[in-house]
Amino acid sequence: MGAYVNPIYPYKSPADLMSTPPQRKPLIVIGAGPVGLAAAIDARLQGLEVLVLDDDKTVSIGSRAVCYAKRSLEILDRLGIADEACGLGVSWNIGRTFLEEDEVYQFNLVPDAGHKRPGMINLQQYHVEEMLIARALELGADIRWQHKVTAVTPLDALATLTVETPEGTFDIEADWLVVADGARSPIRRHLGLDIEGRVFQDRFLIADVIMKADYPAERWFWFDPPFHPNQSVLLHKQSNNVWRIDFQLGWDADPEEEKKPEKVIPRLKAMLGDDRPFELEWVSIYTFQCRRMTDFRHGRVLFAGDAAHQVSPFGARGANSGFQDADDLMWKLGLVIKGLASDKLLDSYAHDRQFAADENIMNSTRSTDFITPKSRTSKTFRNQVLALAKHHPFARKLVNSGRLSVPSFLTGSVLNTPDAETFEGNMVPGAPMDDAPVQLNGQDAWLLNQVGKGFQVMLFVDAPLSPDVLAQLADVSWHGGSTPLSAITSPIKPTLFIVAPSPLDIPGMNVIVDAQGLVAKRYDAQPGTTYLLRPDQHVAARWRALDAAKLQTALARAIGAHIGTA
Amino acid sequence: MSNDMHIALKTDPNFHEADRRFFRDFSPGDEFYENLIDAHNGLRDEQSEALNARLILLLANHIGDLRVLREALQAARQID
Repeated sequence: MGAYVNPIYPYKSPADLMSTPPQRKPLIVIGAGPVGLAAAIDARLQGLEVLVLDDDKTVSIGSRAVCYAKRSLEILDRLGIADEACGLGVSWNIGRTFLEEDEVYQFNLVPDAGHKRPGMINLQQYHVEEMLIARALELGADIRWQHKVTAVTPLDALATLTVETPEGTFDIEADWLVVADGARSPIRRHLGLDIEGRVFQDRFLIADVIMKADYPAERWFWFDPPFHPNQSVLLHKQSNNVWRIDFQLGWDADPEEEKKPEKVIPRLKAMLGDDRPFELEWVSIYTFQCRRMTDFRHGRVLFAGDAAHQVSPFGARGANSGFQDADDLMWKLGLVIKGLASDKLLDSYAHDRQFAADENIMNSTRSTDFITPKSRTSKTFRNQVLALAKHHPFARKLVNSGRLSVPSFLTGSVLNTPDAETFEGNMVPGAPMDDAPVQLNGQDAWLLNQVGKGFQVMLFVDAPLSPDVLAQLADVSWHGGSTPLSAITSPIKPTLFIVAPSPLDIPGMNVIVDAQGLVAKRYDAQPGTTYLLRPDQHVAARWRALDAAKLQTALARAIGAHIGTA
Repeated sequence: MSNDMHIALKTDPNFHEADRRFFRDFSPGDEFYENLIDAHNGLRDEQSEALNARLILLLANHIGDLRVLREALQAARQID
């Protein structure tokens, strides 16, 4: 089987890590999967030393997580591999849902133009991991393969680790430990930490097939198709002529039997026809659970990705939410490690990502209950939604073949400053920022590429500048370009950039031109409207005018000033 | 089939809740659907059927407008 050959990453002797007493590292990441690697890259981008320990020596076996959502691509853009991922991956926005042979519903993940990244790309997890590893190494992350962490002892001010290697076992200490060791999380189990939720009694077959086919780059989902009656089937196009086909089998299916090519190939021929040549790349039978840890933070130990939460695969909310975990965690951890914020800030990581995990579990559970009804009544409702969907728009909206991963609006985050003025639209405090096309120095550019570099202040102005806005700028003693706002007396200085409807020459100042007006539209901006933006491209606060005192208060709140104070 | 005063049967997505903001258009409908299936949890098939009947009667009285109800009955009757 298979066209893809897993790379073997070289083992490096841990001699330099072994010492008595044990060495102390500022940051250790357990697990070189997508989430651990994203965390390591983010750490390096902030100039933090990071050691990554992984018990294996290669990337994922099989394609595994193949759908990377727009928000993940925006995060990967900040980490520096999105162009490569989008270049190799298959971009898509359209999903079609069929009942038997008829299309009943279609969705478009990005119905509005003016976003840099597509709604989704399909790309085998092994490709994504290879890109992340190359990027992490390029940035100087220290990745050690065949280093299995067998024990972790969390203490007040550090965690101690016992690491097993081909050359023996050694102890090492970490000021901070990020655990991203996957759904089975040996570390979570070792520490005896709870993860609770619901097990679903159903089995699914993944067949990755190499074939030449001219099906469009869309997600196709069938309820009860003639080639696989009474069950569901999902088709996705991946890179290099690999296609993902996912068959629902039911709980009674024998996983060992169903994995055999003599069982898989007839299923595929029934779907693809006898004449289409194909080759099996990977076959897997899976069941799933929807569950999360009670607390993602245990002192100095922070859990992220599948180690902390698991969802059903409908909606691609696994790896995608893991990237968002890393995105939320790492700027906070960076500030804490640098002594710029209290470690209480990390409680907001746990709180906000637990909220997001609950939302992902809720959505993926709803999808699962629609796709695999658990009772006769539930199945009747499902089938009659599909029947009504042919004629009635409301029923099409209820057809739930997977609500594809979108980021949570962290509206309950303690880091947000609630609005004191009226705004339209979705860019509320806690919102993941909408992208928009802009111009920078006469060149086409994207809004999200201008943010994600520490805290930033986005000020909307008119052109030419009105006296009001000029007065506001003078009032905060602004400095141009990347120079921090000097009126802010905080260890963290946000940088200011200006969004103007047409080119505006303010010496030394970053001016982004909103030529199509989409930034102003999406952020409901008027001249003077000011946004405080977090390093992870989320809105922290917003006002109708720039005011240094309000900015300073909101910034303090955004780095945790209100955490743990009643 | 309708005059100015008549509210036709709504068949566009219409699930909503006062003072609650949904950032994703599928969320209110999905929430209703979940509540609906949850209401049947643990019931035998005939109990579920009876629940559905009670539910239809409650909702029909709430709607009240006989023309809307006739339209709904007709739409529900249509199968192809």
